[in-house]
Amino acid sequence: MKVTENDVKVVASLSRLNIRDDEISDVIAQLDKFLTYVENLQAIDTEKIEPTTYPLPMQNIFRADEVKPSLNRELALSNAPLQEDGYFKVPRVLEE
Amino acid sequence: MNLYEKTAHELHELLTKKEISAVELTENIFSRIDEKESEIGAYITLTRDVAEKSARSVDEKISRGEKILPLEGIPCAIKDNICTKGIKTTCASKILANFVPPYDATAYKKLSAQNPVVLGKTNLDEFAMGGSTENSGFHVTKNPHDTTRVPGGSSGGSAAAVASGEAIFSLGSDTGGSIRQPASFCGVVGLKPTYGRVSRYGLVAYASSLDQIGPITRDVTDCANVLNAIAGHDEMDSTSTPANVPDFTKSLVADVKGLKIGLPKEYFVKGIDAEVEKSVRDAAKVFENLGAEIFEISLPHTEFAISTYYLIAPAEAATNLERYDGVSYGERIDGADVVDMMKNTRSKLFGEEVKRRIMIGNYALSAGYYDAYYLKALKVRTLIQKDFVDAFKNVDVILAPTAPTAAFKIGEMISNPLKMYLQDVFTVPLNLAGLPGISLPCGWTKNNLPIGFQLIGKALDEETILRAAFTYELQASSFKL
Repeated sequence: MKVTENDVKVVASLSRLNIRDDEISDVIAQLDKFLTYVENLQAIDTEKIEPTTYPLPMQNIFRADEVKPSLNRELALSNAPLQEDGYFKVPRVLEE
Repeated sequence: MNLYEKTAHELHELLTKKEISAVELTENIFSRIDEKESEIGAYITLTRDVAEKSARSVDEKISRGEKILPLEGIPCAIKDNICTKGIKTTCASKILANFVPPYDATAYKKLSAQNPVVLGKTNLDEFAMGGSTENSGFHVTKNPHDTTRVPGGSSGGSAAAVASGEAIFSLGSDTGGSIRQPASFCGVVGLKPTYGRVSRYGLVAYASSLDQIGPITRDVTDCANVLNAIAGHDEMDSTSTPANVPDFTKSLVADVKGLKIGLPKEYFVKGIDAEVEKSVRDAAKVFENLGAEIFEISLPHTEFAISTYYLIAPAEAATNLERYDGVSYGERIDGADVVDMMKNTRSKLFGEEVKRRIMIGNYALSAGYYDAYYLKALKVRTLIQKDFVDAFKNVDVILAPTAPTAAFKIGEMISNPLKMYLQDVFTVPLNLAGLPGISLPCGWTKNNLPIGFQLIGKALDEETILRAAFTYELQASSFKL
């Protein structure tokens, strides 16, 4: 199993991380080493095994659809790097 | 004995008898902090004003002749990934360096209802990713027993604070060993409750199916008292269990007669330090002498736990950490457009280990690799859990080392993350299976470093491990560890 340059670019983009061209070979080496490290799992026959996502039995939690007090807008925005008129402010998303 | 060396229940007695005041106690701890903190670095934020205010309110209550709760007026520290309304909560990450939560984590809120004196927020590996507290975005915490060594991690600040007298007890969080391993390295008691026992609401998520908040204390009695304060169902966390919460102090009974204790043979293998192995086996003998029955048991999938954990935890982390995008909180590094801004913010402000785990996680989750890595790990998780279910058909408690070694040197493993991951070999299986575990001291290496062992219980059976731990502690104190 060899990680390709394209894999790294795709995963970096999914991760919203910049990886400079001169870092790519290091990242490939790191991921390759990691995948070799976890390779031992492939030896286990898990064909008839169900996956476990939560350790204890979980069920859907239902509740009445009622409006309850929640964080007010001012508090919710209190940590925003930029805000305007009660909204989070981000760089322009749509073209003019 | 100095006040800062005492347990919470001893101090509670002194407060109740009016032999000391809460203000006096708080001042005592802060002067200890002033003395030790530059050397240890347990804290990210100190909250003197908040602390002094609650101490005064406790003293007023006592002077009115009112009864105080077990943790009332007791100085404590909170791991800095647990949200505290109005108090900066950084997760030891530059990306949250200025984050002031607008709400309290449920565990903190419940603890606050007992009116302890909150001294501050403790250091950790960034977003709880690490086993040494070296991955903090701010500073490295030192082990109080040897400042050239790590305190363990990720709750290294919480454990070091309790061990150095910079707090009487603390809250930590444990995703793969992050309460138990630092407790072991620092010579204190640390408990990871059953998954769902303590609400995760307001605990900044690392790996949601594994994270649990728990106590780090001087002794088992304090551990039971803190667990009493924080446990319980919470409708704000859909994974919190509706199971009844017993009074854990009722488990503080010295009796292990007929208790069946299993020693998993897979936990006593190559790689475990000889001094650690001897000390843990001696602990088992103590139980045997007290009337417990010791069995060798097998947890056959133990060797796969690290791989399983290091696929599942980063996958969940990659998803959980998507929210740090420079929009709703934290610092922002500008860019040409929205995506560029997000990339710049995350690349500059996340540390190396966090970025590594995000990349691993997204790789394991991405199209073409999902089945081979993430899904495979979830299936092996089933097998690891089944190992415990099978073992618990024959024993009541499992006894094992907490970590393969005592505290290692600062810098010793930082350049080799895969070797560092092996530190978690005895702790991650419990998180994968959702089981409770308590680490407590059982001896010293010849270099005077603490050694810890863990008692592992059935799901929702913290009571039995607390009883066993209490019994051991009482016996061990008689031969002065």
